[in-house]
Amino acid sequence: MSNNSKEKIIELVGLTREFEDGMLAVDNVNLYVRKGEFITFLGPSGCGKTTTLRMIAGFDKPTAGKILLNGKDISDLPPNKRPINTVFQRYALFPHLNVYENIAFGLKLKKVKVTYQDSQGKEIEKIEKLSKTEINAKVEKALKMVDLEGFEKRSVSTLSGGQQQRVAIARAIVNEPKILLLDEPLGALDLKMRKDMQLELKEMHKKLGITFIYVTHDQEEALTMSDTIVVMKDGVIQQVGTPTDIYNEPKNSFVADFIGESNIFSATIVGDRKVRFIGHNFDCVDDFAINEKVDVVVRPEDVILLDKGEGQVDGKIINSIFKGVHYEMVMQVGKTEIVIQSTVERKVGEQVSLLIKPDNIHIMAKEFSTNKYDGYITKHNTVCFGDGEFECDVTQLYKGSILDEDGYLITEDGDKIDLTDVDVNVEVGLKDIEISDHEEDGGAVGNIVSMIYKGDHYQLIVRTSENEEDYVFDTEDTWNENDRVSVIIKKENIKLSLKQEIKR
Amino acid sequence: MTEQRKQISRTDFIDDKKSVKRGFTFSRKQLCIPYGLFLAMFVVFPLLLVVYYAFTDSTGTFTFINFLDFFTDMTKISTLVISVLVAMLVTLICLLISYPVAYILSRMNQKTAFVLLLLFIMPMWINFVLRAMAMKEFLSLVQLPLGSFANIIGLTYDYLPFMILPLYSTLIKTDRSLEEAAFDLGAGKVKVFTSVTLPLSFSGIISGAMMVFLPVMSCYVITDTFSGSTGFTVIGKLIAWCFLGENGAMTNVNGGATISLIMLVILFGTMLATGGFKKESTGRGTNI
Repeated sequence: MSNNSKEKIIELVGLTREFEDGMLAVDNVNLYVRKGEFITFLGPSGCGKTTTLRMIAGFDKPTAGKILLNGKDISDLPPNKRPINTVFQRYALFPHLNVYENIAFGLKLKKVKVTYQDSQGKEIEKIEKLSKTEINAKVEKALKMVDLEGFEKRSVSTLSGGQQQRVAIARAIVNEPKILLLDEPLGALDLKMRKDMQLELKEMHKKLGITFIYVTHDQEEALTMSDTIVVMKDGVIQQVGTPTDIYNEPKNSFVADFIGESNIFSATIVGDRKVRFIGHNFDCVDDFAINEKVDVVVRPEDVILLDKGEGQVDGKIINSIFKGVHYEMVMQVGKTEIVIQSTVERKVGEQVSLLIKPDNIHIMAKEFSTNKYDGYITKHNTVCFGDGEFECDVTQLYKGSILDEDGYLITEDGDKIDLTDVDVNVEVGLKDIEISDHEEDGGAVGNIVSMIYKGDHYQLIVRTSENEEDYVFDTEDTWNENDRVSVIIKKENIKLSLKQEIKR
Repeated sequence: MTEQRKQISRTDFIDDKKSVKRGFTFSRKQLCIPYGLFLAMFVVFPLLLVVYYAFTDSTGTFTFINFLDFFTDMTKISTLVISVLVAMLVTLICLLISYPVAYILSRMNQKTAFVLLLLFIMPMWINFVLRAMAMKEFLSLVQLPLGSFANIIGLTYDYLPFMILPLYSTLIKTDRSLEEAAFDLGAGKVKVFTSVTLPLSFSGIISGAMMVFLPVMSCYVITDTFSGSTGFTVIGKLIAWCFLGENGAMTNVNGGATISLIMLVILFGTMLATGGFKKESTGRGTNI
């Protein structure tokens, strides 16, 4: 087993699939799958996981890259020539055939090498179809495997969803493929059935020893069943690892958010193994450069609730839901909401304190290229974010729109929109921020907390005192740390996008 | 005493209901009345007339003589056989032309397919007598003589759209993942077609065949146009002759009714045999 498990059965090399409209469904995917492994492609819909599977099956041709099966390129082989079988999302059972005929479909087409000995004792090789008794035996075995003995004569349309699912699996495994592809096979089943089938599939995988490549958008399913999980987003692999790795050490905030519930904070490293978020310096175990901007992930079950004043940060419970085994509570600290899971209930409105242990704080490096804020539009069509108010161009929210004299936005189609209190995402580039000594010059006021020399310029961080919002920017001028300054951002440099579509 | 009390309470109840129901509303049954009347006047009554005439002679007395006449007259029997053969041949040719067309259209980009489909169906919007005449002119242009061959060309041309439409709508509805599944299980392209695509389009083939076979069987105007003076006769023409005679006089109403009735039985039999009365989830014929 250990020897086998090291062998690569399939390898994707620079696999790319571009659709006719220029969309990259799968973008330069490099991955190998070990023999006998249960590997799961996990991602939201449209992330390219099904397209990858279809390319392995042979239904879609890659626009670039190779698929190696045992080291041989099979990208140009049609599906019927690949030793790979698929269990389809909606089963795709043949409605005009009964259960037996459905399962025997592949076997009837199969040709095998048989060696005979002729009268002189010489060996003759012949390519023959499987005999009827062989097919019968194999179908019977497959039906037994999926617990459907005695269903041979049934029409597939009389079967329940779960039974159809089993027939689809039997139809695929009866051909003894090297690799079994499963495209969200449990998606159409109800929750209870899905849980049962998950375990059965896992059991089946153990018994058969075939490599399973599984596609799902259900993170729990992936965690339950897989040996290895491949998290994908926008056609790009985000992380490959065991379920434990993926859950405990997510590589970026997308993975953290997608795998299980998590609190993700934008944080700054403030010292040796010290990270600052929600207004407190936490001890952590990861080593990052000082003043580096990072994402911090804390799982809801890793937050410990204590009575007020006993923990690291105080706050108030604003929501509590009973979830069966635990309570899911939301604690508010300043403007931030933190999801907490605990078996001990705290009442809504109760003042509490939280404690997070250093090894439960997962820190991920953040590619910092722009300042991102949550903001809202005021009634004067300015935007509030980062503890300040700035002039902005609201017409960029709708293409081709203009402002009328009363301050309403008129869209291209002639709709009139009142933007007051509309939530927006705000982005400001690193080069688009200036600061001034005069507090009244800019839209927000803060202190310079960091100044790092980056070769030909300084990177500064201005932090506001109210909510500790940071403005990161590059400048060639020298300033002094702890100076109190105001932040100036030009109207055209504030990029706005709607958080959600406005109801008209 | 109790009897009386019951009566009173019942009338009370009805009065109550009436006072609630303001204005006149149709019940479902009442809505059926116009259709029922139409059916009675234009389907049931004429059918009864046909049956009546078929089993009576010119004086109105009950007889089987008309049937005896038909089944002992070799020319009439051979006309019936020819009609069936022509209808079968036309159906077959239509199927052979339509299937590839429908198959290709169903695999195409939907928008292009729609335009092309429209081109195939467009002739149906022109009066079919007019179309038949135009085809006849065309045949004389290419110097093809009237008669049986011209008939088959004319009928095929006229009924082709009736075959394409049901085939197309069946093929477009087929789940493509079934073909992929067969492909995945080791079937080559030909095998995928013969083992999945073709059997799954069977309902379309049947409904298309019925749409062509039934009207061609009893067709009159087109065969009349394409036969000219060649003497090529089909059953529709035979019926027409019985009623119109050579110069439009009613000559043999009873004989005509008999042939009509025999035709009716044959067509009914065909429908039964092909399962045309069976209710199917695929909705046979609903696509037209």
